[in-house]
Amino acid sequence: MGRYVIRRLLQMVPVFLGTTLLIFVMVYALGDPVAAMFGDRAPDPATAAMIRHQLYLDHPLWQQYLHYMGNIFQGDFGTAFDGQPVTQLMGSAFPVTLRLTLVAFAIEGLFGIGLGLFAGLRRGRLADTGVLGFTLLMISIPVFVIGYLLQYFVAVKWQLANPAVADGAPFGDLILPGVVLAGVSLAYVARLTRTSVAENSRADYIRTAVAKGMPRRRVTTIHLLRNSLIPVVTYLGTDIGNLMAGAIVTERIFNVKGVGFQLYQGILRQNPPTVVGFVTILVLIFLLANLLVDLLYAVLDPRIRYA
Amino acid sequence: MPDTTNSTVKDQEPTTLDAVAAITPEQRDVPRSLWNDAWHDLRRKPIFYVSSLLILFLIVISLWPSLMTSTSPYACDLGKSQMGPANGHPFGFDTQGCDVYARTIYGARASVAVGIFTTLGVAILGSVLGGLAGFYGGWWDAILSRISDIFFGIPILLGGVVILSVIKGGSITTVVGFMVLLGWPQVARIARGAVITAKQQDYVQAARALGASSSRMLLRHITPNALAPVIVVATINLGMYISLEATLSYLGVGLKPPTVSWGIDISQASTMIRNAPHMLLWPAGALSITVLAFIMLGDAVRDALDPKLR
Repeated sequence: MGRYVIRRLLQMVPVFLGTTLLIFVMVYALGDPVAAMFGDRAPDPATAAMIRHQLYLDHPLWQQYLHYMGNIFQGDFGTAFDGQPVTQLMGSAFPVTLRLTLVAFAIEGLFGIGLGLFAGLRRGRLADTGVLGFTLLMISIPVFVIGYLLQYFVAVKWQLANPAVADGAPFGDLILPGVVLAGVSLAYVARLTRTSVAENSRADYIRTAVAKGMPRRRVTTIHLLRNSLIPVVTYLGTDIGNLMAGAIVTERIFNVKGVGFQLYQGILRQNPPTVVGFVTILVLIFLLANLLVDLLYAVLDPRIRYA
Repeated sequence: MPDTTNSTVKDQEPTTLDAVAAITPEQRDVPRSLWNDAWHDLRRKPIFYVSSLLILFLIVISLWPSLMTSTSPYACDLGKSQMGPANGHPFGFDTQGCDVYARTIYGARASVAVGIFTTLGVAILGSVLGGLAGFYGGWWDAILSRISDIFFGIPILLGGVVILSVIKGGSITTVVGFMVLLGWPQVARIARGAVITAKQQDYVQAARALGASSSRMLLRHITPNALAPVIVVATINLGMYISLEATLSYLGVGLKPPTVSWGIDISQASTMIRNAPHMLLWPAGALSITVLAFIMLGDAVRDALDPKLR
């Protein structure tokens, strides 16, 4: 197990470097960050050259990349367009998005697995068809459409929740955005659980457990659910990264000042350190979540052993 | 997986007596291939017909939008800004005073084109690269797997916001190009796995023993048997690509005016939802129905081609 983790971590290094290099090159093609600082006015050439030198922009791109990576590992992510260090922006944005992601993740796991189990146990009956139809709708309606509809009806018309999230993002305000963010993933989790439950409920070990006279409840939760959750856990794990990235849309609808908001500002103001920094952290979270899933796999399914 | 369907059909014939009586002529003549079997299965599904008809309709209106409306989506009259339905304009007007009905009809073209071309691009690029990697293995496979790992490391929406805001194109070609760039690794992985499975089958080993060339094994024996999973993923993803295009256009980095796109219209209407919800509801409804049609078709195709899930 320990050797497996080390091997996986080592494998992550080239992927991490490749991804960040790709983003780095892309973002530096965004436009001249120095020109962006001066807005519509033409910068004084001497001042521009000085800033360029200060920001290490007078070196070839590959040197800039190495310099940047070197700084990152010393905790220096550069400065944002307004002179704040990017790390400070991260400190305010990541907790907010993390809370939003957590709320969405809880909704997704709870309702997704619940609906899937409910449908999978009643395969082919009305309840099953209903759940399938519901998930089909959730997958088909784009997130931002669901977002605006819910915001319009739940928050504005019926006034059951706040249409925008207050500063500091209290959990109460995050429920509605959380539902919107979780929507599509919830549908996938429900479908995956349903297929898995329906397949496993015909397995021999379930028949044995029932024949032994075990209570239904125990058979379902201990035997059926634990075995059926293996593919679901994989999906949930890889989804953490997608949720954090997908928050760009949800944060825009509900005016949440999280990662998506800052990324957007970075792109609008053509500020490479903000964009590259945030994307780097997101990619890192994505990769670590994938590793975590593979490790959880072995816990859930003892048949899988990592040498 | 393909051989299980074949063998069950063949095995049943001689063993059970009453099965012989029940056999239809087409079953007796030729053992049904996976494709025949899938087609047979699809033809009995109402969902297949509903979604196919919808998709056919969408393709027709994206090719000839003037069949459905004589109003131009660019003929706008600011005096009618945000007005409700009027005679000859059943969906009302948007902020610029353009006819919402005409814009909804003309918007189909962008979505359908992006969906179909992205799917074709991803399927061709992914299956060729992934298939070759699975067949030849070695360093080519190693390099390809690492490259696809890198693309996998970037969540597609995040990559879209960053990369597309750099390119600043806004045409259908740019958006399709970007989505193929970030989408192919998924298909490549599946194609690679399918080819590796097929490569180890007895009939491929037999072909190799008989001295078949690599290209013959690949084209004649492996491709037909590794194609099904690729087609399944490609059809299911078609709807997702349409949804992604609309999301990117909504965020302002995907398609850009003058291209008429549901995503752009929804984005513009979203700020006015309290005053004029009709501006948002029509394009949003059209978009959702389009995605729904393609996803239903994908579901039906998957059920037909993947007998294990039945």
